[in-house]
Amino acid sequence: MAPAGPRSGDAIFASVERVNAELFTLTYGAIVRQLLTDLEEVEEVNKQLDQMGYNIGVRLVDEFLAKSNVSRCVDFKETAEVIAKVGFKMFLGVTASVTNWDAEGTCCSIVLEDNPLVDFVELPDTCQGLYYCNVLSGVIRGALEMVSMKTEVTWARDMLRGDDAFELQVKLLKQVPEEYPYKDDE
Amino acid sequence: MGREVSESCVDSLLTELVSTYSTRFYANKPDLAAHSIEAIGYQVGLQLSERYTMDRPRFSDHLEAIKFICKDFWSELFKKQIDNLKTNHRGTFVLQDSRFRWLSRVSIDPPENGDVSQDNPAGVAENKASLVTKMHLNFPCGIIRGALSNLGIPCAVSADISNLPACSFVVRIKV
Repeated sequence: MAPAGPRSGDAIFASVERVNAELFTLTYGAIVRQLLTDLEEVEEVNKQLDQMGYNIGVRLVDEFLAKSNVSRCVDFKETAEVIAKVGFKMFLGVTASVTNWDAEGTCCSIVLEDNPLVDFVELPDTCQGLYYCNVLSGVIRGALEMVSMKTEVTWARDMLRGDDAFELQVKLLKQVPEEYPYKDDE
Repeated sequence: MGREVSESCVDSLLTELVSTYSTRFYANKPDLAAHSIEAIGYQVGLQLSERYTMDRPRFSDHLEAIKFICKDFWSELFKKQIDNLKTNHRGTFVLQDSRFRWLSRVSIDPPENGDVSQDNPAGVAENKASLVTKMHLNFPCGIIRGALSNLGIPCAVSADISNLPACSFVVRIKV
């Protein structure tokens, strides 16, 4: 039996290489800005940010599993908790919380009150409809897909749109059964 | 020290930025991809340099501004200074980082895990790696150009990686 994983990502975040968050925040902002210039349509920018996030999530999950030392999550509930408490902390240095579970335990909200992506950000009126942080929903979707969970991730609250927090609704669509036999390197 | 994020956040974002522009948006137009990536770097350099010079007196000449980039600015981004600065005293400066952090992310050596290299002749892989590397470097070149522009110094910036893992940024100030 694998050892129980850490309850929070604090220790991991303290041990990983860290960089100045301004660089990250401003780079992300500049990317969104350039996408708006190049693609013109806000809807298309939302889509591309989500796609970029998805690709990042697909890769980042390996680092997450390697460094976090979490054991297999028994269900989707535990998975969501691990993302909020360990995942967000170890990469972004902030903690999220999980709420609003539905009766079946297949849909919940991940709530973020502090979000380094939006430091210094204010959206002009021309960006109505933009999901500025859409990269995050993509990351979660991509990472979960790598651990056999097909999800749909949507924004329920967005501080840049005047809400009091960032809230991502994560809905489990399908849990793909793992296939045996594993390949040699697993 | 202000807020920090894991280095993987920046690394993943840059990798994905380069891949989005050079393989998804402009797969057959590397010049356009390079231009957009450079423009993103420029914007970042502009804003960072504005923030880092807030409490400073104006720089008296070009060399002072370049030294600021080599020392303070570089340290904020990479926790180290530029290792070597050369100039011809006619507006060209060469800033060498003997181990440029953002190149450690791109694999120049043959891939370590065998599955990629098997169906990929080493030569092709290497050539591809060098193209990817060049595409990546548009971002830091843009950052330097943006930072200097903000200090009132219009210039052109290119990168030279003939001496890996060292990377030299060549700044040509426009007169």
